[in-house]
Amino acid sequence: MTGLAFLILFVATVAGYGLNRRAANGIKAGGGRLHSLTSFHGAYSALLVGIPGIIVILAWLALQPTIVERSVMSALPAGVLDGLDLGQVSLIQAEITSIAGGQVFGTPEPWKLDAAVMLAERSASASLALVVVVALMSAAMVVFARSRVSAAFRARHGVERMLLGLMIFCSTIAIFSTIGIVLSLVFESIKFFALVPMHEFLFGLRWEPQIAIRADQVAGQGAFGVIPVIMGSVLVMLIALTLAVPIGLFAGIYLNEFASSRVRTFVKPTLEILAGVPTIVYGFFAILVVAPNLRALGDILGLGVSPTTALAAGLCMAIMLIPFISSFADDALSAVPRALADGSLALGATRGETMLKILFPAAIPGIVGGILLAVSRAIGETMIVVMAAGIIAKLTINPLDSVTTVTVQIVTLLIGDTEFDNPKTLAAFALGSLLFVITLCINVFALRIVRKYREQYD
Amino acid sequence: MPDMAQSSDTRARFDWTDPAYLERILKRRRAEFWLKVGGVVSISLALGFLALMVSSLTATGYKAFTQTHVTIEVPISAEHVDEADIFGSKWRVVMKEAVAQMFPDLDKAGLKAAAEILSDGAQYMVRDAVIADPSLIGGVLTIDVPVSDPFDQMNKGLVDRTTAEDKRRVDDAQILAFDSLAAAGRISAPLNWGLLTNADSRFPELAGLKGAFIGTGYLLMVCFAIALPVGIGAAIYLEEFAPRNRMSDFIEVNINNLAAVPSVVFGLLALAVFLNWFGLPRGSPLVGGLTLALISLPTIIIATRAALKAVPPSIREAALGVGASRQQVVFHHVLPLAMPGVMTGTILAMAHAIGETAPLLLIGMNAFMTSAAATPLDSATALPTQIFIWADSPERGFVSRTSAAILVLLTILVMMNGLAIWLRRRFERRW
Repeated sequence: MTGLAFLILFVATVAGYGLNRRAANGIKAGGGRLHSLTSFHGAYSALLVGIPGIIVILAWLALQPTIVERSVMSALPAGVLDGLDLGQVSLIQAEITSIAGGQVFGTPEPWKLDAAVMLAERSASASLALVVVVALMSAAMVVFARSRVSAAFRARHGVERMLLGLMIFCSTIAIFSTIGIVLSLVFESIKFFALVPMHEFLFGLRWEPQIAIRADQVAGQGAFGVIPVIMGSVLVMLIALTLAVPIGLFAGIYLNEFASSRVRTFVKPTLEILAGVPTIVYGFFAILVVAPNLRALGDILGLGVSPTTALAAGLCMAIMLIPFISSFADDALSAVPRALADGSLALGATRGETMLKILFPAAIPGIVGGILLAVSRAIGETMIVVMAAGIIAKLTINPLDSVTTVTVQIVTLLIGDTEFDNPKTLAAFALGSLLFVITLCINVFALRIVRKYREQYD
Repeated sequence: MPDMAQSSDTRARFDWTDPAYLERILKRRRAEFWLKVGGVVSISLALGFLALMVSSLTATGYKAFTQTHVTIEVPISAEHVDEADIFGSKWRVVMKEAVAQMFPDLDKAGLKAAAEILSDGAQYMVRDAVIADPSLIGGVLTIDVPVSDPFDQMNKGLVDRTTAEDKRRVDDAQILAFDSLAAAGRISAPLNWGLLTNADSRFPELAGLKGAFIGTGYLLMVCFAIALPVGIGAAIYLEEFAPRNRMSDFIEVNINNLAAVPSVVFGLLALAVFLNWFGLPRGSPLVGGLTLALISLPTIIIATRAALKAVPPSIREAALGVGASRQQVVFHHVLPLAMPGVMTGTILAMAHAIGETAPLLLIGMNAFMTSAAATPLDSATALPTQIFIWADSPERGFVSRTSAAILVLLTILVMMNGLAIWLRRRFERRW
């Protein structure tokens, strides 16, 4: 039915274009002087039919299931929902929906079958109503647009106004998604903090969300303390940065000042490949190569190395961050005006001295900004740690131990289980809010440093 | 000017052979030398990591590009196979008979062990062959079927035959049976097309990437169809029409910050908004594509704006000069000229989006699916989530399959990047 609605809309749009264009052509052939080109008359009708039609169809599709389900649920025989909590009601709702979809498991109660039939009927009539509404509206719009055609009609202005509106809408999608992120995180987090006090979440030292599956153990036991999880994220991030920052900086410095152009043209794209490798590949590399070798090495040295270590995750994350840092360093060094370097060289400094004493200090703000962005990437990075770090939260700073991170917990809490009424699922959103706030602060700070520094030389 | 004479005197008298001076110069040069060494070592380390990663993935992955097969003759007796009820026929019994025919001198237990050489999917392959050609009923079907994973591993030399029997997944009798098949020339190891054409399976020898390819294809379609027009629209507005005011500044700050939000947060957004609020189907490429579109939107907007900016103002002025409206200038002249840059940026953004895993895991695109999705509204997997599923599977055969899948993913990425570079080279204009 939805397909039919789209088809009707499409046909109406094309018809509107054709009709208006032909009408405009007719005026032109009759010797009239048109204000706008005939194609604008056509486009005016097409946009006037198409845009509202699309909006109506999408809004209808988004709202129809909820409204129909709600009407069916409210029409259930009195008493069957008494004493059930929200989760059980939504289960019944899901069962009715699946029966209506033709999947009957076991022998449901007759009232559920009745409700399913009712749901199917109402959905069908709602879909039919959509088609009728779209057809009527499209026809009305085609007629209206056709009535506007005249020699003096400023079709181009109308079209351009509508296009501009569309473009403004496109550019606000970035704002909408930010709002969407904030709202969804905030709403679910509020639900979470209704179950688990905020101070316990922020300052608790134990993270054992799996316990909360059992209803009688929900919350109140300090099982949602986020400190060990954050410590894990910080530990992995520190390991990654201690490796990636020096390597990345040296590589950036070399590429910027010392490398011949042939080396540059080979090395830079190759490093870009390293930056473009999906992080799941690094994660698999960690469990395939890095972790077993670390264990073997640990055995030789007599150290106890757990199968999943912060070190393995940090190492692979470092590989991911090296090209990021080196290209940032390269860019920051290139942004320093050449006159500074030339002056230093003219005074007799070697290229190494020029780099270390003139260019590098001048580029430090940009480089610091880049490192901060790397920090936020390391904290937000998910797949490497999901595969290479553990899932048990431990308060440790031993890099050879297994740790868990904020992102790992978000993923493990949400894989498979999406009932939105238990603290386990909601905890993922609380962690997500935390992650969002932390990375946002770092990003804003880093971007500000980078921009401020750039302005200095521009 | 006595001062100057003096200074030129000192310069003339500067002793260039002074050992202290030479020492200083040497020290300074040495410092520079070590700086260079540090740079070379760092770059070699980075490139070495890349080489190590690719080579270790290739070393474990290339074995999955072949699959050990065994040629068997299956007697399709009319007693067990009923043409009218082909799906209800006794295929297990048929396979049993085929194994018994291959090993006439084994007892019942031995036959049961020997039957494990064949993949569990062999009976379905036989069934499908009979469906395709019902005249086989009553005759004998000669067919190549995959061997099960432990024997595949053994044939590829990944199982050490000298390990104690109780520590192997194949016992000595099975090895004997397998070797006798090999001696009879029944074992072959052709290219593993199943890796690309099969859907997922619990059995490594049957598992393939078809579902993942189709899922990723739908993902890219949805992502492209949404992110490209919206990205272009937003970029044109911000670059060409937006007044410089608070609103457009706010939009720009938003776009820059969105580009740096961790992708897992977008997964949370999709879970809360697309799945819970709009009730879109869980695990479907539609939801995944919408999420990836949001993730790649900032990149596309930034690339498009750069491409629009690169079109020289003279083009705009010329078009305005002959009476075009501002929108006509943009849509008739500036945008077509900027299109190569836009497409390059979009393809690179898509290449990035194709490897995103975390948001797809959160919206449930990691379900085990034995058939490929028919529409973007069906539950599906994508290449990265398939890799994640396989990496989590305990069977030995999935290790090499995971590496092989990663190699396939990397090949696709290299191809997309190559396409972007080609586009840039072919159509880029320098003004």
